Amino acid sequence: MRLFKLVSLIVLVALVLSACAAPTAAPAPAAKAEPTKAPAAAAPAATGGDLKVAVLAPLSGAVPTFGVMTRDGALLAIEEWNAKGGVNGKKIVPIVEDSQCTPDPAVNAANKVIDQDKVKFIVGEVCSKASIPISEIANAKKVIQISPTSTNTDVTVMKDGKVKDYIFRACFIDPFQGKVGAKFATENLKAKTAFLLLDQANDYVKGLSEEFEKAFTASGGKIVGKETYTAKDTDFSAILAKVAAAKPDVIYLPDYYNIVNLAAKQAKEKGITAPFLGGDGWDSADLDLKAAAGGYFTNHYSPDSTAPEAVAFMKAFKDKYKGATPDALAALAYDATNLLLNSIKTAGSDDTDKVKAAMEGISMPGVSGKITFDKQHNPIKAATILKVTPDKVVFDSVVNP
Amino acid sequence: MTFNLQFLVFSVLKIVAVLAWVYFVLWALGRKPLWAKLVGIAVAFGVVQLALTKVGDFQVMNDFDRGLLFQACAMTMVALGLNLIYGFNGQFSLGQWGFYGLGAYAAADITYRWVNGDASGVFVAGLGVLLGGAMILGVGRLASGVFVAGLGVLLGGAMILGVGRLVKRYKGMPILSQFTLYLIGAVLAGFLAVVIGNPIARAFAGGFGTVAAPGILQSVPIQQAVFLLAVLIGGVFAAEISFLFGLPVLTLGSDYFGIATLGFSIVVQTLMVNTDTLLPFPEMKGGRGMIGIPKWTTWAWAFIFLMFAIIVMRNLIYSSTGRAIMSVREDETAGKAMGVDIAHYKLLSFVIGSLFAGLAGGIYAHYIGFLSPGTFDFIVGFNPLIIVVFGGLGSMTGTIAASFGWLFFLEGLLRVLLGQLGTEAPTWRYVLYPITLLLLMLLRPQGLLGNVEWGFLKRPIYPPRKDSPAATAAPPGGELQPAGE
Amino acid sequence: MAQASISQKSSLAARRPGARFAWIGQGFLLLLALGVVYILVTSFLKDPMLFAQVVLSGLQLGFVYALIALGYTMVYGIVRLINFAHGDVFMVGAFVSYYAVARFQLHLWPQLVLKGLSPGAAVVIGSVTVMLLSMLVCMALAVVIERVAYKPLRDAPRIAALITAIGVSFFLEYYGALNFVFSPRFIPYQRPFEVVTFYVNNGIHQLQPGQAPPSGSLLFSNIFLIIMVASIGMQVVLQYLVRRTKIGKAMRASSVDKATARLMGINVDGIISFTFALGAAFAGLGGVLYAIAYPSINTLMGVLPGLKAFVAAVLGGIGSIPGAFVGALIMGQAEALTMGYISTPMRDAVAFTILILVLLVRPRGIFGEPEQEKA
Repeated sequence: MRLFKLVSLIVLVALVLSACAAPTAAPAPAAKAEPTKAPAAAAPAATGGDLKVAVLAPLSGAVPTFGVMTRDGALLAIEEWNAKGGVNGKKIVPIVEDSQCTPDPAVNAANKVIDQDKVKFIVGEVCSKASIPISEIANAKKVIQISPTSTNTDVTVMKDGKVKDYIFRACFIDPFQGKVGAKFATENLKAKTAFLLLDQANDYVKGLSEEFEKAFTASGGKIVGKETYTAKDTDFSAILAKVAAAKPDVIYLPDYYNIVNLAAKQAKEKGITAPFLGGDGWDSADLDLKAAAGGYFTNHYSPDSTAPEAVAFMKAFKDKYKGATPDALAALAYDATNLLLNSIKTAGSDDTDKVKAAMEGISMPGVSGKITFDKQHNPIKAATILKVTPDKVVFDSVVNP
Repeated sequence: MTFNLQFLVFSVLKIVAVLAWVYFVLWALGRKPLWAKLVGIAVAFGVVQLALTKVGDFQVMNDFDRGLLFQACAMTMVALGLNLIYGFNGQFSLGQWGFYGLGAYAAADITYRWVNGDASGVFVAGLGVLLGGAMILGVGRLASGVFVAGLGVLLGGAMILGVGRLVKRYKGMPILSQFTLYLIGAVLAGFLAVVIGNPIARAFAGGFGTVAAPGILQSVPIQQAVFLLAVLIGGVFAAEISFLFGLPVLTLGSDYFGIATLGFSIVVQTLMVNTDTLLPFPEMKGGRGMIGIPKWTTWAWAFIFLMFAIIVMRNLIYSSTGRAIMSVREDETAGKAMGVDIAHYKLLSFVIGSLFAGLAGGIYAHYIGFLSPGTFDFIVGFNPLIIVVFGGLGSMTGTIAASFGWLFFLEGLLRVLLGQLGTEAPTWRYVLYPITLLLLMLLRPQGLLGNVEWGFLKRPIYPPRKDSPAATAAPPGGELQPAGE
Repeated sequence: MAQASISQKSSLAARRPGARFAWIGQGFLLLLALGVVYILVTSFLKDPMLFAQVVLSGLQLGFVYALIALGYTMVYGIVRLINFAHGDVFMVGAFVSYYAVARFQLHLWPQLVLKGLSPGAAVVIGSVTVMLLSMLVCMALAVVIERVAYKPLRDAPRIAALITAIGVSFFLEYYGALNFVFSPRFIPYQRPFEVVTFYVNNGIHQLQPGQAPPSGSLLFSNIFLIIMVASIGMQVVLQYLVRRTKIGKAMRASSVDKATARLMGINVDGIISFTFALGAAFAGLGGVLYAIAYPSINTLMGVLPGLKAFVAAVLGGIGSIPGAFVGALIMGQAEALTMGYISTPMRDAVAFTILILVLLVRPRGIFGEPEQEKA
């Protein structure tokens, strides 16, 4: 009894020790070539001190994979800037915090980086439900926050319709992609009927499908069915049975790739041949190509795009993270960080009011196309349609709504 | 980022300071003349208030610590409630988080409506809570008629009276039908509240003024009063729901009760996700989260409610009611033989525990200003349980110290430590946390403080009564081992 | 007592004789049941094939839950511990098979080693190897967890072990989510064999990829059959093990009274470890089958199925093996029918409401034995 207690304790202590040692020694890809490992004071390039940028990402909680991708994308951008000598002569120091995709830890993380680390620039969070409380804090304290992927309108706009001055986002605001998707469905796919699958609790999905429904019915199409699921679902067969019975021409499923993998695979196995249609959430190396084959999705850039930014990003990401392929979250985080750092450079100082003004007037070629901000701090970008084949994702067409 | 030892030392010091503060509060409250207690409380409040005040550029506790402090206060109340239910009464409950969420949403909805010029929240919810409370009290007590008549709600009174009489007449009725009666009563009370509350609310419309020129009802004192009302209503609402839920479900045995309460918190969370689709609360926005809740929680409010919970808890435990509650935990059969009404005390502790959770929910909602169903996930709901077990089941001091220590450790120290160890390290936070959990549990299965109580929470010394020389020799309350099979 | 409240009457005995108003509560339940039956019957009449399809998908879920629920119910039966880490053992099972198949191509070994084997047999042997490997790893993991986290606490209050169970569960989830362990990604699962779909429409036909089945046909897949066979098979194996073998007798004895069992010469600690290992083996198998049926895995995949399976075990009467099976099937149907005919977001709420209602009527679950009076 006593012995076992002892042994188990030793095992646990060993685990803790290995836990502490591993990030520095182990094959963790992100830990390698860490800009942060170098003592800041010794870096020669940084003459004007440090510029701290916080990256808030859900590294634990429900969607750690989104968090890790976002962090990696943002860190890549920061590293590239540092290699070029920083911004305004300052070395950029990233501070990563885990915000768990939940309001409380997100608020704690934001408070910590703002109050303790005196950070003035935040990249993050991924989930809207974490970004909204962060944005309230950041806006009140004149800290610039740019969320790479939070699509809820409330992130950048206050309840009374006023724009939060210091809050931006790098992702598409939904209506656009929904419109493009609907147009593509009616014109290119000649679809007459569509079936909507959506997650009520997810703004991104909800916004896209509402807009799709509007545009699709406006152009003479018919929505033959609408089914909701939740983000934790794995079994879609009951829903898909209904889809099969409705026999739609297209199925609109604008969710992230994890849901698409499950739903599309099960649909294939049920003999549903109608193509799936989606949004930029599909963009991932983990998209199950065989399952989603025949489907289309709207995206900001195409993997075989020749735009120099996209090509360079793909290569740099693969080099830094040992062959990992970036997904939409990494690309958007990369863009968000670049937008921020470019604005700081344009502003010429880290005064947030100046940076904010610079950001509002920015026009930057990013991985996800040329980006400018509209009045509500949402980016304006072009959209391309990509087609999923069993081997790879290929460019299909450009649709302008 | 270089490793900043100063931050680390500070965050360790903060944990120590907070625990010392808790000790001071409990010490100040214990066995002293009334004036000394009041001074002690005032000092305890003032010290933190001072630390939170910004003097020039200097501030001892910044917003990061402030947030942790508020969360710790809310968590303490939730955990104290759970300790009452599980630690002292022996009912293994996993539903505390659901009541916390109910309180949060109810309170937030009231103030949300208020700042948007809609008084119906206060009146409908208030009346509903009052009627429901009357329903629950009135049915049970002899004084039901008087109580209800005193409310002056004629129709509701008659109905409640009738149901009360009916129930009283057929005492042998089985639990499920009794529950149904309560349910019907509660639904009717809610309906009446809507019918009565909405016209009252409309009468206030003029007072709100416009956005540009807010009327008298948007002045700070009234807002604070509404906030207090909202938190109280939220708490009582949670308590009433817990009564309705507990009435049938408390008959289940320990683990089965735990599962049923877990089910409850999952059902509550599912309803939160569907507030805008299935329930008629579009302002809660379902799974996307409710924004625009006024951030009215101040340190004063958090402190007052924390003190309320601690004092009520302590006085309850060291009363005859408290002994009866603990007898349920020790041995139901023996308790029954001694004339303890088992069902009554189970229900009592469950309702009071949920009341604490509901109040904490109100405090939390107005601190964070944003409610999302993700916060009330059942996995997060294990936290109060972990805290209670850490502190030591049946130790109030343990619960309080553990919830402060836990929050300042997990969200404070670990965050600060790992944030400095590079960009990969924050991923390890939820790896180190369970390891700490395991280690502590293996080292001290009885909880960190076991059954130690500090100052105020120590068992009070009663003067020995003349007729019972053995009265002082009774074992202290929290000493016995918690429930097992 | 001073408080002459009605709850005196509402005390623990739920079924008191001579209750005149019992019909109110029963009527309430009856109404609820009638409502459900009405919904089901109308939807059945509207489209019987769709209904059958939904029921089939519920069966598939139910059979997987049954595999996981076995572990919960056995462990609870012996040590009265809610083993929250069980769902994560299930996750590890899925990941082990993923690595075996995608990285090491373990499922192909019969083709390489045993030349001249028919392709069908090779696939079967390969897949079974993968499953066995997952089961073995899970067993080892469960024994380690038991030794490290639960055994030292056997004499401590029961709740301490529950907290360590939660700790182990968090640890597996987030340690697994580290980049060099399993990574936090949603990984598309690579199956050791291809899923073939059949449809019933004037006989059973195989569905070719890309072909739409004729309308009005009932679909099922080989993975459904495998899950069904595995689940029922494991039930039978377990029943045999518990009822007919010596170790089963020892398990039963330990669950009744550990001290006496020890006096009878039973190695109770060994039996407990064995029980954990057995449960983990089923969970591992369940993990592989679940991943094959729903081919996207990540480290948090075990949380919800684990919880559902646990609820299923409680529903059936925790500690009872047939109870776990029946409970799991009910859970599966409840979920599928809610998804099909009520509203998917309400699925969990409906499942748990059923649980609470069943517990109210039968406080120990469907097959549970009535609580024994304390000695």
